[in-house]
Amino acid sequence: MNHRRRMARALAGLAAAGAMTVASLASAQSGDPIRIAYIEPLSGPFANVGDAGLKHFRFAADRINDEGGIMGRPVEIVPMDNSQSPSESAQLVQRAADQGIPFVTQGNGSNVASAIVQSVNRNNQRNPDNRLLYLNYAAVDPALTNENCSFWHFRFDAESRIKIEALTNYMAEEGEAEKVYLINQDYSHGHVVEEQARQMLAEKMPDVEIVGSALHPIGQVRDFAPYVSRIRQSGADTVITGNWGNDLTLLVEAADDAGLDVTFHTYYGGGLGVPAALGEAGAGQLTQITEWHANVNVDEGHDEYREWYEAFAERYPEIDWYYHRVYNQMYMLKAAVEEAGTTAAEPVAHALEGMEFESQTGTVTMRAKDHQIIQPMYISVMDTDVTYDAENSGVGFRTLAKIPASEATVESSCEMDRP
Amino acid sequence: MLETIVFSLLNGLLYGMLLFMLSSGLTLIFGMMGVLNFAHASFYMLGAYFAYTIGLYTGFWVALFLAPVAVGLIGAAVERFGLRQVHQFGHVPELLFTFGLAYVVEELVRLFWGNVPMDYRVPEALDFPLFSLFGTNYPAFRAFVLVVAVVMFIGLWVLLKRTRAGLIIQASLSRPDMVSALGHNVPQVFTWVFAFGTGLAALGGVVGGIQLVTEPGMAFMMGPIVFVVVVVGGLGSIQGALIASVLIGVLQTFALSVDWSLAELGALFGYAVSQESFFATLWYLDTTRIAPILPYLLLVLMLIFRPRGLMGKRET
Repeated sequence: MNHRRRMARALAGLAAAGAMTVASLASAQSGDPIRIAYIEPLSGPFANVGDAGLKHFRFAADRINDEGGIMGRPVEIVPMDNSQSPSESAQLVQRAADQGIPFVTQGNGSNVASAIVQSVNRNNQRNPDNRLLYLNYAAVDPALTNENCSFWHFRFDAESRIKIEALTNYMAEEGEAEKVYLINQDYSHGHVVEEQARQMLAEKMPDVEIVGSALHPIGQVRDFAPYVSRIRQSGADTVITGNWGNDLTLLVEAADDAGLDVTFHTYYGGGLGVPAALGEAGAGQLTQITEWHANVNVDEGHDEYREWYEAFAERYPEIDWYYHRVYNQMYMLKAAVEEAGTTAAEPVAHALEGMEFESQTGTVTMRAKDHQIIQPMYISVMDTDVTYDAENSGVGFRTLAKIPASEATVESSCEMDRP
Repeated sequence: MLETIVFSLLNGLLYGMLLFMLSSGLTLIFGMMGVLNFAHASFYMLGAYFAYTIGLYTGFWVALFLAPVAVGLIGAAVERFGLRQVHQFGHVPELLFTFGLAYVVEELVRLFWGNVPMDYRVPEALDFPLFSLFGTNYPAFRAFVLVVAVVMFIGLWVLLKRTRAGLIIQASLSRPDMVSALGHNVPQVFTWVFAFGTGLAALGGVVGGIQLVTEPGMAFMMGPIVFVVVVVGGLGSIQGALIASVLIGVLQTFALSVDWSLAELGALFGYAVSQESFFATLWYLDTTRIAPILPYLLLVLMLIFRPRGLMGKRET
């Protein structure tokens, strides 16, 4: 009896799902918006990061819409709050699929990213008529384009090893670091940064001593003073950190409060509170490795992109245009959808694979083998003498080194299952 | 080494004092009314948000006084129109009431102030390094937090031990029926104690919000640890709360500041643990990763060996 009832319920569920698919297919007509589910923390300790990303995507979507949309259809960003939780994100992917949204984007937290990849893979296997593409704009764990690579996943940020490689090359060339301290968040991304930094420093700068390392709980630490006093104890002159969001802001703030005199090499020092927290005290003390920063526009004379940057600042005065990769991602998606002539996941994925795109910083390529973007990278340092300062802090970023796309690359072990 | 000890003590003392500001009100309320106020940390959060918002118009110094008063009044209203109505049904409904209230407050805060952390900063007058020790600066604001906490402790102590009101509160702590029989309006005393306790939590929030980020999750972050302080310190004991707060603060900060593991401790006493042994993960666990569980370990041990807490007069 019980068994039969369960059976009946399952059948009813299937029928409902079928009806939904039909409904979603019916809705995908011209004029209807092309929707992109934005799955990020919009509450909790990283809410400011999720909020800033949303503003980037909305701005880029509005620009595309002003230019006539994608195949005449407007783009719509659908925000979904995952509270930085992998399990909630997996459910939200399902919700996006249920609503017939063809594209999912996320970037904060490699642990969240791998949950999304799994969830998207599962959905695409089970529902061939309602497949999703996952556009990753910031999760940099190498696993996502190596052992766990997926045909449905595209990464628009440089993976962690590319960043560490470029950073250690620069450090070796500069030769100022003698004692290095590694502080990172205690989850996949932080572990990768620590491991890779240890390995590459040992290879390239055998004289450099790693005087200490710490992994701290992600998003939980409110007072970094004990960690800062540990860094001081160690006698470090250089700190490498992959921290982001409040975990970076509070760290540099505590270091600044304590008067800790070290150079910070960061992944994400350029945005979301860090320049505002450090102010002019950060000049010369903090570097970042990114695909772009505001003063690249000045150095390389990208006048149209300057207009974009300033229009963003006017619309959202509290933050700066920071994710150049959101620009790349949105326009590459536009090109791919227009090439495929549809928003269906498989043709769009094929169009994105191997795509070469003329970005402001040069040609960027979506490597077909592992769906890792290959793009020029910049190492830049906080400086007061720049055209654009960040977050009205009086300090902005000045390029120390531009790494051409051909050098900003690492091998991939990806063996992709293709449909 | 001396450097580590001094700074761990200073940082631990600061964290401990913040904990004390939160837990002193809770221990009074808990000890007196028997209400485990789950929403206590929510009043701490309200204190931070009120101070930030008021401070936008009046500056920090006025907000430092206005915010706790405003939150205290809200606390009085909650007791008078909420808790007192639920009180007649016993302790469990009271508990559920405060539990629900904590969620309501959090959602309201999200509604009014949004999900994003507030830009609540150290006031300009306190934004300088107070002194420099072993090359590390000690920010003036940290010292200010310590001063506020110490003043608060002294004020509380004088109020409870040296005034008539304190006498009644103390009596109500242990023998509420007797106090009532002597003609005192015990429910009114409850209201005032609740208002006062929430006001103290709010004062903690005014300074804690600057030190530890003002965002809607701050209440749930502090909630559990405050209960640990109250249980370890002993119900209704202000001195107990102070000792427990500082103990937990210093313990946790020490664990974060030194790079040690149980194995190294073992080696010090001549007991070597091999890297391959079955429990090696545990033995070689870095103290930074042990630090967050230390307070809860202390809670469990305290409940087993001394259920009334360090300074408590009654069993928990």
